[in-house]
Amino acid sequence: MTFSADLGLAYPELILGVGALVLLVFGAFAPKAARLVGWGGVLVLAAATFQAATGPFGRGFAGGVIADDASAFAQVAIFVASAICIPLGQRWFERRGVHNFEFPVLIVLAALGMGMMVAAGDLISLYVGLELHSLALYVLAAMHRDNARASEAGLKYFVLGALASGMLLYGASLVYGFAGSTLFSDIAATVRHGANTGVLFGLVFLICGLAFKVSAAPFHMWTPDVYEGAPSPVVAFFISASKFAALVLLARLLAQGFGGAIVQWQQVLVALGLISVAVGAFAGLAQKNLKRLWAYSSIANIGYAIIGLSAGTAEGVQSMLVFMVLYMIDVVGFFACLAALSRQGRDMETFDDMAGLIKEQPGIALAMTAFSLSALGLPPFSGFWAKVFVFKAALNAGLPFAAVLGLVGSVVAAFYYLRLIKVMWFDAAAGATDAPPLEARVIAVGLALFSFPVVLGALIWIYPAAGRAAHAFGLA
Amino acid sequence: MPILSLITYAPLLGVVGILALRLFGKPQDPKTVEASKWIALVATLATLALSVLLVVQFDPNEAGFQFVEEAAWFAGFSYRMGVDGISVLFVLLTAFLMPICIAASWKSIEKRVLEYMIAFLLLETLIIGVFCALDIVLFYIFFEFGLIPMFLIIGIWGGQRRVYAAFKFFLYTLLGSVLMLAAILAMIGISHTSSIPELMTYHFDPAVQRWLWLAFFASFAVKLPMWPVHTWLPDAHVEAPTAGSVILAGILLKLGGYGFMRFSLPMFPQASQFFTPLIFALSVIAVVYTSLVAFRQVDFKKLIAYSSVAHMGFVTMGIFSGNAVGEQGAIFQMLSHGVISGALFLCVGVVYDRMHTREIAFYGGLVTRMPLYAATFMLFTMGNVGLPGTSGFVGEILTMTGTYGVSTWTAIVAATGVILSAVYALTLYRRVVFGTITNVKLSTIGDLDWREVAIFAPLIAATLVLGVQPGLVMNLTQASVDHLVSAYQAAIGG
Repeated sequence: MTFSADLGLAYPELILGVGALVLLVFGAFAPKAARLVGWGGVLVLAAATFQAATGPFGRGFAGGVIADDASAFAQVAIFVASAICIPLGQRWFERRGVHNFEFPVLIVLAALGMGMMVAAGDLISLYVGLELHSLALYVLAAMHRDNARASEAGLKYFVLGALASGMLLYGASLVYGFAGSTLFSDIAATVRHGANTGVLFGLVFLICGLAFKVSAAPFHMWTPDVYEGAPSPVVAFFISASKFAALVLLARLLAQGFGGAIVQWQQVLVALGLISVAVGAFAGLAQKNLKRLWAYSSIANIGYAIIGLSAGTAEGVQSMLVFMVLYMIDVVGFFACLAALSRQGRDMETFDDMAGLIKEQPGIALAMTAFSLSALGLPPFSGFWAKVFVFKAALNAGLPFAAVLGLVGSVVAAFYYLRLIKVMWFDAAAGATDAPPLEARVIAVGLALFSFPVVLGALIWIYPAAGRAAHAFGLA
Repeated sequence: MPILSLITYAPLLGVVGILALRLFGKPQDPKTVEASKWIALVATLATLALSVLLVVQFDPNEAGFQFVEEAAWFAGFSYRMGVDGISVLFVLLTAFLMPICIAASWKSIEKRVLEYMIAFLLLETLIIGVFCALDIVLFYIFFEFGLIPMFLIIGIWGGQRRVYAAFKFFLYTLLGSVLMLAAILAMIGISHTSSIPELMTYHFDPAVQRWLWLAFFASFAVKLPMWPVHTWLPDAHVEAPTAGSVILAGILLKLGGYGFMRFSLPMFPQASQFFTPLIFALSVIAVVYTSLVAFRQVDFKKLIAYSSVAHMGFVTMGIFSGNAVGEQGAIFQMLSHGVISGALFLCVGVVYDRMHTREIAFYGGLVTRMPLYAATFMLFTMGNVGLPGTSGFVGEILTMTGTYGVSTWTAIVAATGVILSAVYALTLYRRVVFGTITNVKLSTIGDLDWREVAIFAPLIAATLVLGVQPGLVMNLTQASVDHLVSAYQAAIGG
């Protein structure tokens, strides 16, 4: 392939890279125009989304970049989620007296890293994309820099993230050593007829490193602390786009690099998934802070996505993709609600703060109810469909125990979602709230409407699109 | 004309109307509140009118599904609606009880009336949807979504321990339902279809059938409820507002029985036959044990709640008898119990609205102050006991007759339930109504007003008409029941 054709495959990434630099320079010279930089970031992400959706497919840069249905599907979802987080976060920071233009730039840079992750075709581009996105996230976590908790969150995230990166690199070096190449396609050729111990050893480290990034138990320890400290809009970005990118990356690595070793990695994923579901469901019961609670809820939900992936079939990957898209809607929506709520300038983030919210803020309380029920997996909300596809894939792949245990875990988790609804609907009001900002309200209500009823129509399009994406991975 | 979708979503028009009031009107204004009640009443009455139209147009000689609507959806699921002789009357029962519930809540609900009406209308849509759905995933959506409005109804407008009761209700039911969901997904995976008519003719491997049957059993046994997973019911009933109890006893419990007839029996015949002794055992325990428990209750509503569990024992017995008489009896018993237990909860509601206590010992001698009430209560007590001439008798005698040929002992032991129900129901009646007024607080209690008379009149009519002329129901259900039974008997080789 010629170099220009190679570049054509990477247009979405190029748009983001150039866009981020331009915005950075513009922001540096016009520091008062932070809002303009924000909308510029949205524009750049929109252009990249359009390019990802319509761009050419193929392999470029000697196999390092793969543009296919899967990368296109994932990039569209990631860029849209990133674009939603920009106005949400900027307004949040403004209201707290932080006027910085770096926030949108960092989001665009993180989106660039995630775009590379989902299109990575070898271990090197995998790592470059992952690190670019991680570094941007560390800074984002500590963005509210006068706040001690945010700084703590940033530092904690950085130290543990660096550890995970180290494990990932170690695994990558082992795989390279035993397979003789960093290209996924070459690794696949080596493991086609059974993987040797060295490669498998490397694979386990790779999976552990990525499990850290998606905070699957037992690699979840950092999650509650970081999510509690980081600003709500940033957490929305962490749980949605970032985890989706890491899961798509994991899927591609396993399917296209280690397709011959399904039997081996399937057990690892089933264990990771079920432990995550159990930890997320039981540890969530004891939480008082809603951000911590949703950290555990995200651990459980990532567990479901991993159960879907563990099916090791195209249907399983498809179910994981649909699951994550629908789950992203819940998460961004829920944290948009949290970002919208404050009482006399103080963030509302505990159960007690939410008492009687239905009387104070009926729109936001209804949206939060919808997101909670959706995360619980109750029909007809989007989260129900997400779980249906995941468990269907697991059952069809001959993993009935994973499906049944996962479902039982969702009943345990139901208790804390119901508790939130109980507090909002049944309890006496705890006092007047501040007027919520328009952006957060629009995003929250809009996503709630997507969660139900729009999802019932949208799935007609999302489901087959995810199916095409899953088939691009080449699993049976 | 897609009449089933029309009936299903007609209440939602009322929801839209009330939401418009909420958003654009003054929600606290008494006029708005009054208007929301009228909107809810009109919406439920319109649904009732459409349901009557449906039953009139229904062809009783056709065993299959009628008024079928179909549209492809995603992932192989479809939007498919239809009714047969087994489901059509439940649609009518739901539409019949809903306006009564709205009317019964007219004065007793004082806070958040708009939300209350929305919850009830939403619940009506979902329940009717359960009975009409012919796609198993669509069925599950309606079945499970109904938990939310009911959770809110108990939790917001309920009594003292409403939060406890709401959680217990929700979590109990959810645990059963997720197991059913797993089974549903497994069935779709095996048969590659989610259409209920196609699944009814699909032959599942007998070994797989048992697992699937157990998963469905987990859900329906909780819903019905069967002994020993009935313990959520007394709590939910006691704490729910009157109309909530009416819906719970009148319709929601029937979802379990309907589920057994729609899924367990036709789809897993071998497993159903294998587990029949278990069902019979649990049924007679429910009949005898919960009747005895009911006798010892001091709470008016709890007594009726336990009596519901006992009466549902006859239903499960009839369903798993596997013959036409038993099935007919089970359907009839469910319809009749829907009317009678709903009416009994309304009877509790009448005195509760006046005195705000459900303690049986508080009352006594009501007949001197409330003659109309005493007569009404007497009729439904007799219906609950199963007196010939009321609808309660027909269902019990048919289920016992149907079971007698299959398992004589089950029928004989269950027959003692008829006596036991007379013991607790008549004792209750004597303690509440007869005697002289000893409690001074009761000395000014008023009789039924015209609104309450209007609420009870259709229930009285239904109890008596069904009791004297059960053929009205039997004719409609006959063809579908025969079809169900012959398919079941053929499958188990009997």
